[in-house]
Amino acid sequence: MTTTEPTPEVVVDPNAINITINGRPVAARKGELIIAAADRSGDYIPRFCYHPRMSSVGMCRQCLVEVEGPRGPMMVVSCMTPVAEGQVVRTETDQVKRAQEGIIELLLANHPLDCPVCDKGGECPLQDQAFSHGPGESRFIEEKRHYEKPIAISDLVLLDRERCILCDRCTRFADEVAGDALIHFTSRGNNTQVQTFPDEPFSSYFSGNTVQICPVGALTAQPYRFKARPWDLEKTESTCTTCSVGCRITLESSRDELLRYQGVDSDPVNHGWLCDKGRFNFESVKSDARLSNPLVRDGASLVETSWSSALSTAASIITSALRSGGATRVAVLGGARGTNEDAHAWAKLADALAIDSVDAQLGDGLPAAVLAYPQATIDDASRASTIILLSPDLKEELPILYLRLRDASEKKRSRILEFAPKGSGLTRYAWKSVPYMPGNQATVVASTLSESSVSAQMAKGSVVVVVGRSNLAESDEYTMAALDAVMAAHPSATVLPVLRRGNVRGALSAGLGRRDAVDILTDAANGEIDCLVLVGSDPIADFPDTDLARRALAAVPNIIAVDTFATASSAKATVLLPAAAFGEKDGTTTNLEGRVTRLARKVTVNGTSRPDWMVALELADILGHDLGATSVAEVHADLVSSNPVFGPATRAALSAHPDGVVLAPLATAPSIPVAPPVAEKPGFGHRLVVGRKLYDNGRNVSESPSLAPLAPGSALHMHPLDLERLGAADGASVKVSGDRTSIVMNVVADDSVQRGTVWAAWAQSGANIGELIDATKWVNDVKVETL
Amino acid sequence: MARLSEENVRLAKEIIGRYPRARSATIPLLHLAQEQDGHVTNEAMAHIGELVGATSAEVYGTASFYEMFKFEPVGKYLINICGTMSCALMGAEELMHHAEHRLGVKLGGTTDDGMFTLERAECQAACTEAPCLQVNYRYRFRVTDADFDSLVDDLKAGRLNDEIPAHGTVARVRQHIPVDRGVGAVPPEDVTEAPTWMDGKAAL
Ligand code: SF4
Ligand code: SF4
Ligand code: FES
Ligand code: FES
Repeated sequence: MTTTEPTPEVVVDPNAINITINGRPVAARKGELIIAAADRSGDYIPRFCYHPRMSSVGMCRQCLVEVEGPRGPMMVVSCMTPVAEGQVVRTETDQVKRAQEGIIELLLANHPLDCPVCDKGGECPLQDQAFSHGPGESRFIEEKRHYEKPIAISDLVLLDRERCILCDRCTRFADEVAGDALIHFTSRGNNTQVQTFPDEPFSSYFSGNTVQICPVGALTAQPYRFKARPWDLEKTESTCTTCSVGCRITLESSRDELLRYQGVDSDPVNHGWLCDKGRFNFESVKSDARLSNPLVRDGASLVETSWSSALSTAASIITSALRSGGATRVAVLGGARGTNEDAHAWAKLADALAIDSVDAQLGDGLPAAVLAYPQATIDDASRASTIILLSPDLKEELPILYLRLRDASEKKRSRILEFAPKGSGLTRYAWKSVPYMPGNQATVVASTLSESSVSAQMAKGSVVVVVGRSNLAESDEYTMAALDAVMAAHPSATVLPVLRRGNVRGALSAGLGRRDAVDILTDAANGEIDCLVLVGSDPIADFPDTDLARRALAAVPNIIAVDTFATASSAKATVLLPAAAFGEKDGTTTNLEGRVTRLARKVTVNGTSRPDWMVALELADILGHDLGATSVAEVHADLVSSNPVFGPATRAALSAHPDGVVLAPLATAPSIPVAPPVAEKPGFGHRLVVGRKLYDNGRNVSESPSLAPLAPGSALHMHPLDLERLGAADGASVKVSGDRTSIVMNVVADDSVQRGTVWAAWAQSGANIGELIDATKWVNDVKVETL
Repeated sequence: MARLSEENVRLAKEIIGRYPRARSATIPLLHLAQEQDGHVTNEAMAHIGELVGATSAEVYGTASFYEMFKFEPVGKYLINICGTMSCALMGAEELMHHAEHRLGVKLGGTTDDGMFTLERAECQAACTEAPCLQVNYRYRFRVTDADFDSLVDDLKAGRLNDEIPAHGTVARVRQHIPVDRGVGAVPPEDVTEAPTWMDGKAAL
């Protein structure tokens, strides 16, 4: 070309580095490792120990490549060597091949090669690379090393030390990522092995990840061992909806049975990791206790019937309730455990029938207005210079969010400022952890934020507030007031709401949060509700005030329950409809950030179960309302076109973005904060704090045989000094009394509990702490006495 | 057999104070534990973990790297006969046979009275004095069968008590560092002032 064009402005990127890999130029970034640059350029370098989400250790030496040096080519470990300007890398020379073959030969010197009976066989990096980069034969004729096979290093994970190639992935994961350095290399030389401390198992909430990243079959998971060969597994990508983090997973099945979930690396969400509860609760999907056919009440018992008769019974119950007293006599609780489409269909049905008493939460969350604040994503939180926690114990409730925030703190990107009624999993990583007495949260937050060191810290950069329900025995207004105190002190802060249940955000955004469940159940207890529809919800087990839930359910003449299992609440139902479970239905879900991702169906439904959306559409049909959709795709299309919040989450957008599409905050204005009274210090007695443990009585745990034994059971935690003052020994039985009743619990000394308070976990077997919670009170105090 | 005693916890804290990072004190504390009980107990390892801010598994991982830390009881006197080349050429194998007979235990065993444990060691860097052995890491050179017998007799009779303390005691002289000279368990990046003993002369 002869015409002179304006020279484009040359922007020199100070981080750009140009290298050559196998003769082709590759654009790399400063600090990038050769192995990562090669991954991007499509030059695969074999490896065992390198993992892009963990630090490099150069343990296995399988990734040797040739780099041109001043004295000719030299071998470097590509997972430890960063790129440099002008670097010339060769990954396929004879020299490199010889090195790779040598390493494989050495690794196999002691490896048992029991591939035919190894879970990993068929998807094993060692097996694969022995074929692709191995010498094909071994010069070793010596007896191989022998160990007892396998040993259980936890209730969920087994270790076969003969197969271990000492790559340090599991031990590095435990230390760096999970923060649970409970496994470690022990001994030396030929005896080096992965071990736990004697009698101290690898009981990490994240242990399953080590099985997934082990490059050989040394680590196997109890729930999956010997269940399938990898080539028999069919896989599809989906999203875990066990909690609202929404980790990306693959559902893997064989012969129409779910056998395994594996983590998928979603950069904005889970980085490939899963918690053990999310990973292993596939067992509950195939539980024998699942409902498989509709049941209708006949006197004292529920009898199986056809869908058409069950649905028409349900419809006539709704019709007669509407006729007798209008739409206020019908209420719907639940919908947060399903898909966006489930929630939308039920919201449309409620609209059609003009039902206003609808709540997807069970008095255990926060007002839906929390979704109307300027919002933050998980990435925003993990990059914020200050993370303020007004949340429950994230390690127990939203484990992967805990990992992300722990990482932010460990890598010194963020400082965590925690406000909590009891020490949490993140307390040890917090820059400052401020305890508060339930009832004083907003006051303590406001006064802490006015301290000069705190305001200086907050002025350093972005501030993200993680907000959720940290105490079920305390009014949610306190947390909302605390949130408003943060927003008043720092108006540019953004909010990451951490509510419970996988799709709570989707359900609330779809319109299933119209009235507080506390008010609905109070109406019910007063005989003002004739028909209560439970969509995957169990107020007797889940509503914090057990007594109110019981009175409410006893006073409602007709309950229609749609659920995967029979529950304490559905025992009183007139109609019980079996619902399709996770993995049995398609759709989309919304995580706590408002990120919509696709859910996939992998196995056929149990019995005649139907997805919730279908039940809503069919009921609408019988009741004479055409909701305008007949398939999940049509429900989704309708959701996207009729609900502006879901507008961006079109099918096309979701296909283009497997990591999901983030929705805007709700348009509703934040609630006008009712200034709750500052609660007096408990006089004689202790203020009650009720939180959660990862493993509880929820059906996805209790119906998963591998997880059920991990629930700790009911106990009352008390500060050791309070315990001493009470004169009770650690482990003794004590009487715990509220205004209504008293229960007997075992007491546990726990110095993460504040003096003057007692802590108990929700939904554990044994004494139910819900008996002592009065949901109409601002705070709940209890008296603890020795027996 | 237990966690560190009160006195040893005091010493442990002093030792931790010498290092910028508490975990750096792991090995000296393991020696302290071995000195206390003759071997390193699980309870002591867990205790050390608490003191230096590591998990028990990390302490165990570190400790088990070293042959000199014992996790099972050993005799009051640990006898290591060198088995490497120079000593082997000079009759170490025969000496080992003799020792086994004299003590009535196989290599690796401990006598019933809990007095002696017999081990083979790699080169002890005294090749010119082969064959050699160590008793609780104190040398004996050019050891003959008769030397070995009299060594055992002397140890039994307590005649060597001054020279050779019970297994676990590395040195009888304990180094003490005054508190104001300890660096304290402060990570180097958090140190903003020169230590007091430098009289502010250091530029940081
Ligand atoms: S058990 Fe697996 S992940 Fe752990 S070091 Fe051995 S080979 Fe690596
Ligand atoms: S953190 Fe939540 S979404 Fe992720 S795997 Fe665990 S339960 Fe599932
Ligand atoms: S992958 Fe580089 S040394 Fe293991
Ligand atoms: S060979 Fe025995 S001391 Fe060197």
